[in-house]
Amino acid sequence: MADGITKIQELVYELRIKQVMRTPVITVSPDARMRDLKELMRTRKISGTPVLEGGRVVGIVSIEDLVKALAGGEIDAPVSQRMTRDVVTVRDTEPVIEAVKKFSELRLGRFPVVDEQGQLAGILTGSDITRGLLEAIGLDYHEEEIQRYRASHIFEDILSDDTSLILRYDIPCRDFERGGEASSRIRRALYHLGGNPQTVRRVGIAAYEAEMNIIIHTTQGGEMVVEVQPNRVRIVATDRGPGIEDVEKAMEPGYSTAPDWIRELGFGAGMGLSNIRRFADEMHLTSTLGVGSRLEILIWLNSKKDV
Amino acid sequence: MLTTREIKAGEVVAALALRVLAGGSNLEQQIRGGYASDMLSCVMAEAKTGYIWVTMQGHPNVVAVASLLELAAVVVTENSPVEAVTVQRAEEKGIPLLITEHDTFTTVAMLAQLGIKGSR
Repeated sequence: MADGITKIQELVYELRIKQVMRTPVITVSPDARMRDLKELMRTRKISGTPVLEGGRVVGIVSIEDLVKALAGGEIDAPVSQRMTRDVVTVRDTEPVIEAVKKFSELRLGRFPVVDEQGQLAGILTGSDITRGLLEAIGLDYHEEEIQRYRASHIFEDILSDDTSLILRYDIPCRDFERGGEASSRIRRALYHLGGNPQTVRRVGIAAYEAEMNIIIHTTQGGEMVVEVQPNRVRIVATDRGPGIEDVEKAMEPGYSTAPDWIRELGFGAGMGLSNIRRFADEMHLTSTLGVGSRLEILIWLNSKKDV
Repeated sequence: MLTTREIKAGEVVAALALRVLAGGSNLEQQIRGGYASDMLSCVMAEAKTGYIWVTMQGHPNVVAVASLLELAAVVVTENSPVEAVTVQRAEEKGIPLLITEHDTFTTVAMLAQLGIKGSR
């Protein structure tokens, strides 16, 4: 495959029909009258349905067949007389691309989906495929799949006036064991989103220092919210205390209030905030003693800041 | 600044007789420079991608820092205790975690002899 392949194209090959088909299927029996079918279509807002006999698909009947029956004055004819007997089905385990091919070749509106035993398992229309693909692009799609496609297309494929992706991380205090975990995840997410290594590294460092500040200094822990937009990353780290006594002093390189035992672990060098300032394009720190602190970090994805 | 000649993590292991605690399958990386400190924020600020980091710290955050910076290797000096979870994380992240009985000063001197330089 050439570079031009989009995420949608990849997904069409990866997703299986059973992941996008609709269930349960509204069906009619061959003995039903076309009049009943008209009611079914009206109340269920469908434009066609498989005809089922003993669990097997024996035909398919669409609004077109109904219109013809109406025109011919055969509204009381049984469905079995007006349905299309030559039904094209698709298998539930086939990739979605197979259905896409059949849709464009045969110009049909829907395909009954059958399982291994030939039993009806679902129904598939063009709009089911579109919906399935849109869901798959969504974040709830499991991580393994995210790794298989290039998530960087998310910003190209989802059209809006302002798209942003929000990642939130809980940071417990004094948990040195897990220190750096959130920033590692942020970094990985940005790589998946196609961030350039230099920028991702800067975000990683800034996020790490913000994360460690919460771990080292807070009494209740805090959280980090990362907002990713096509042109910038914004990290907001908030905590619930104790707050910083002298914000200006805290920003000075080398100034630290960390206790000795933490400094022995290699933390609390007093370089955290000045590192963030160095690697970020913008940083804003506000703090109220006894309440908590809020640190906002902005990094432009196309900035040429040399660090 | 790049080293004067290309040297891989594996060659450093051999030259300094280091013990490999983790990341043994990842010793092909070029060492692009070196940095020594026990303060993690200083490492964050100064060490660069592909650097070898010499430290006495052995707790799991060492791996977090090394992985965020994409360092080529970490050398723990004076046979300092390295926590089991540190070794495990280094293995997971593919970070070569090396250990020596020498102190940081001697280790850095030996690395310098191999042509590895610092950044300033």
